[in-house]
Amino acid sequence: MITINGAAAPLPDDPRVSLLDFVRDHLNLTGTKKGCNQGACGACTVLVDGERILSCLALAVQYDGRTVTTIEGLSANGTMHPLQQAFIEHDGFQCGYCTPGQICSAIGMAAEAKRGVPSHVSSDLSARAIPLTGDELRERMSGNLCRCGAHNGIIAAIRAVYAEQAQ
Amino acid sequence: MNPFDYIRAADEGDAVRRGLAENAKYLGGGTNLVDLMRETIEAPRALIDVSSLSTAIEAGADGSMLIGAAARNTAVAEHPIVRTRYPLLVRAILAGASPQIRNMATVAGNLLQRTRCAYFYDEDGSRCNKRSPGQGCDAIGGINRGHAILGTSKACIATHPSDMCVALAALGAIVHVRNADGERSLLLTDLHRLPEDRPDRETVLRHGDLITAIELPPLPFATRSAYRKVRDRASFAFALVSVAAAVQLDGETVQDIRLALGGVGTKPWRAWKAEAALRGRPADIESFRAAAEAELADAKPLANNGFKVALAQRTIIAVLNDLTGRT
Repeated sequence: MITINGAAAPLPDDPRVSLLDFVRDHLNLTGTKKGCNQGACGACTVLVDGERILSCLALAVQYDGRTVTTIEGLSANGTMHPLQQAFIEHDGFQCGYCTPGQICSAIGMAAEAKRGVPSHVSSDLSARAIPLTGDELRERMSGNLCRCGAHNGIIAAIRAVYAEQAQ
Repeated sequence: MNPFDYIRAADEGDAVRRGLAENAKYLGGGTNLVDLMRETIEAPRALIDVSSLSTAIEAGADGSMLIGAAARNTAVAEHPIVRTRYPLLVRAILAGASPQIRNMATVAGNLLQRTRCAYFYDEDGSRCNKRSPGQGCDAIGGINRGHAILGTSKACIATHPSDMCVALAALGAIVHVRNADGERSLLLTDLHRLPEDRPDRETVLRHGDLITAIELPPLPFATRSAYRKVRDRASFAFALVSVAAAVQLDGETVQDIRLALGGVGTKPWRAWKAEAALRGRPADIESFRAAAEAELADAKPLANNGFKVALAQRTIIAVLNDLTGRT
């Protein structure tokens, strides 16, 4: 069994089914998007036990017993997650295809920075917590491409929500 | 993707028993293998999921470290003692792939990832000796800007893509291997083979061999170390050239040095010649240049990748200048 957005679901019989195809085609949760299907674009990003991963490179059977959150799991009772609201307010998208992956990725990213995971642009590897500067956010979100070019709005939306971590 | 049986190994012993099955492959994070299976370049009959292997990252009292095979790349990069003892390893991991991929990928899987040569991936349209031994290589006369200049052969010029392995090569990392007969260990620099006439044989591992851990020997001067990656865009791109280095100075003299290159070799490239040229020499730009030229003396550039010779030399010099306080 695998838990998706709080509901238990049986794993697919065919081990070839990716986690991405499983949530989209088996569970009809089509918020998670298939972009490149080869790990290059980030559109399929979901959270597994709070960690951001690429569901296109994951076989569903690998995640037996784990807890997955997709974009559908972020809003409660029709109330959007603050990041979803911020993406609207800061023009964090045009076509919207990369947006579910961007939002799931940003949630995982903020948790990583909070626990002190350094990035390629962090100057001090010994720092306990990393302030989310613009450079840090761009580096940490570089696994999510936006072909509309809404990156500035995406960064603005993330900074607005994680203001206490931002600088 | 071809059909296969998926088996989750209970532990190391279970994994090595099951790994002996015909055409079985071990599965770590899957970030490379799942992709290759989708392209049908890899078509195992059975996948043995070895995520139950150790994820422990243990610091030895002697300054060494032992990293379990199933530890994720992110876990290594964020480990406080790895950050203190081996900054070049942390920098190399953080320069590779994307955060999502680093959260999935295991350290053992990183060692065994396959080349990103586009001709290797192009099963329908290109010849490749790594994919189909004896077929020929379309990269040698093709678009080879990203390909290797060191360790190449007439059969293959594919670049080893890992950043992490470059730092591990510099550190003299030891790979722990287990199979049904027992355990052994070998240097990371002896794990990967040069392509020669059999580029499909990428490592010295035999069928059923399982990497169980990576050991980092004590290297006190690795606290003065760096990893510099030159690539076409600022993030999430493979290296054109990368340099991992650690330097120990005695006054103005290079007492000891570790140097390895990425993006230019058919395997993670320990720069033995440059190291030998620098030990005991003055830590100045003339020595750095001579060492860089010595390492690249055997480079075999092709139509599109000749720039890598000068780029590698200059990156070596720049990193050594930085580490010795010359910039």
